[in-house]
Amino acid sequence: MMFNRQSIWFVRGMAAAFMVCAATVARADLRVDITRGTVEAMPIAVTDFVGRTEAEAQFGRDVSSVISADLERTGLFRPLDSKAFIQDAAAVNVMPRFGDWRVINAQALINGKAEMIGDGRLKMEFRLWDVFAEQQMIGRAYTTVPGNWRRVAHIIADEIYKRITGEAGYFDTQIVYISENGPPNRRVKRLAIMDQDGANHQFLTEGNELVLTPRFSPSRREITFLSYYQRIPRVYIFNLDTGRQEILGDFPGMTFAPRFSPDGKKVIMSMAEDGNSDIYTMNMGTHVRKRLTKHSAIDTSPSYSPDGKRVVFNSDRGGSQQIYVMDSDGRGVKRISYGKGRYATPVWSPRGDLIAFTKMRGGRFFIGVMGKDGSGERLLTEAFLVEAPTWAPNGRVLMFFREDPSGADKKGTRSRLYSIDLTGDNEREVVTPLDASDPAWSPLIP
Amino acid sequence: MRFKILALFAAAALIAGCETAPDETAASGGSGGAQATVSAQPSAAAATAQRVGPAPGSKEDFVVNVGDRVFFGFDKFDVTADAQAVLKKQAAWLQKYPNVGIIVQGHCDERGTREYNLALGERRANAVKDYLSALGIARTRVRTISFGKERPVALGHDEAAWAQNRRGVTTLAAD
Repeated sequence: MMFNRQSIWFVRGMAAAFMVCAATVARADLRVDITRGTVEAMPIAVTDFVGRTEAEAQFGRDVSSVISADLERTGLFRPLDSKAFIQDAAAVNVMPRFGDWRVINAQALINGKAEMIGDGRLKMEFRLWDVFAEQQMIGRAYTTVPGNWRRVAHIIADEIYKRITGEAGYFDTQIVYISENGPPNRRVKRLAIMDQDGANHQFLTEGNELVLTPRFSPSRREITFLSYYQRIPRVYIFNLDTGRQEILGDFPGMTFAPRFSPDGKKVIMSMAEDGNSDIYTMNMGTHVRKRLTKHSAIDTSPSYSPDGKRVVFNSDRGGSQQIYVMDSDGRGVKRISYGKGRYATPVWSPRGDLIAFTKMRGGRFFIGVMGKDGSGERLLTEAFLVEAPTWAPNGRVLMFFREDPSGADKKGTRSRLYSIDLTGDNEREVVTPLDASDPAWSPLIP
Repeated sequence: MRFKILALFAAAALIAGCETAPDETAASGGSGGAQATVSAQPSAAAATAQRVGPAPGSKEDFVVNVGDRVFFGFDKFDVTADAQAVLKKQAAWLQKYPNVGIIVQGHCDERGTREYNLALGERRANAVKDYLSALGIARTRVRTISFGKERPVALGHDEAAWAQNRRGVTTLAAD
């Protein structure tokens, strides 16, 4: 998808002069520190983007509501009720009257406009203002086909998040996951994909065969997953552009637990031979397959470090399930988890600094993070069963699934997706049409 | 391999728990007729006198009179004494019907993570295969498949259900 992206220059001479003056007032930049726990949410005013026609105005309202919802879900921002707004959106678009926004305690103000331009494309521009400094923090315009309005809204929300927190956003992303329904012993599982906010939900498979553990390629145009097609469990690649699925390689035993390498050229996974699971890579271009571990224990759930030089994985070679790291050629295997309990599903953070995991202890399941050397373990959430953390591309938020006993007799299972901040705050359900498991967060497209 | 084949003379008399094993509905799905009778039934006339049970050599015969499943301890894949007794009966039955191929399914309870359980189910299925092989069943007759924690047979979230779900199930292959 192509966008024209440009900064909005100070087009209104008088206002510009005023703003330059205002900018000289010494003041700390408007900022949310997202590394602290329990941050008080920043009050923020998102006005409806204006339009000259009703169609443009409708785009404007829709874009604003998507931006507002994105920011709200982070737990870092508190969008104010538009009923409290004093200055109307059209006037804001000429020039904000900052006093009006200070009165309702909005610290940041967002406005913009939607415009259909000559060639049938939609142009959307936005500005973010620091209300107390009376200063524009960022302004940009995007031109795209109208059908892309939602994606542009997410991109704008990412810009705002980035400008205020100093961290990359994660709103222009998708989630691939396993949709589930039916009783636990006859569960129907389907590959499904949706935007990070639940919009544009689509089923990718019909549920005729069991499918598990989907993960995005770095380009996010492909998904690698496990399918029991024809009752033979093997790793497949689903191409989102063609809708085609293809088996990955010709392996004599079950292949499972696949993930792409950071350069997208390889898939790392487990293969079971005569009952024993070891870790292999398969080069998608050359079809060369390489064995990384050779051990009589279970070796599975491999995940690359973002630089591709290291691999973290799960093994019971020490007697119980623990987390190990090794070089990407299989050398230098070292255990890093030493706490009490069993550890599983390690996933390297996109920032490279942390490893998220599932932990089992005392009949409970936990999602936690530890340093890449195993230090500084922190547990973020616990339940009857939580499993399979996946990182938002900025490495600040995790998504996972949670299962709870359900039904009158508590013999059923309710399985849903949740997201949680790295601080352990802001745990929220990610709403899906049916039950859900095995989420994987897409990267951002640079 | 940690798996050890224990002394063959240790034929335990007890195979409790197997006779009442629940039907493997979901896991034995597949294409229609996959579980059809694999050997000729005795003629109706010859059978009328006493036989009301399953036809010898049939899937039902195997499930009811032999026992199609064995159970494992938590996070374990060693073949217990109880399991050995069942597998000996399975091996004897398979010797009697040498044209029957089998698929051994490995299953886990829900108290583990998905990928690890796929690996553990694979180990369990292979532990059964190895034991049958040691009893003289050709490895070429035996295929294995792991379902991890995907196909519980007992519903519920307690040890009673989990114990039923940590299992190896021998199913008769289609043709």
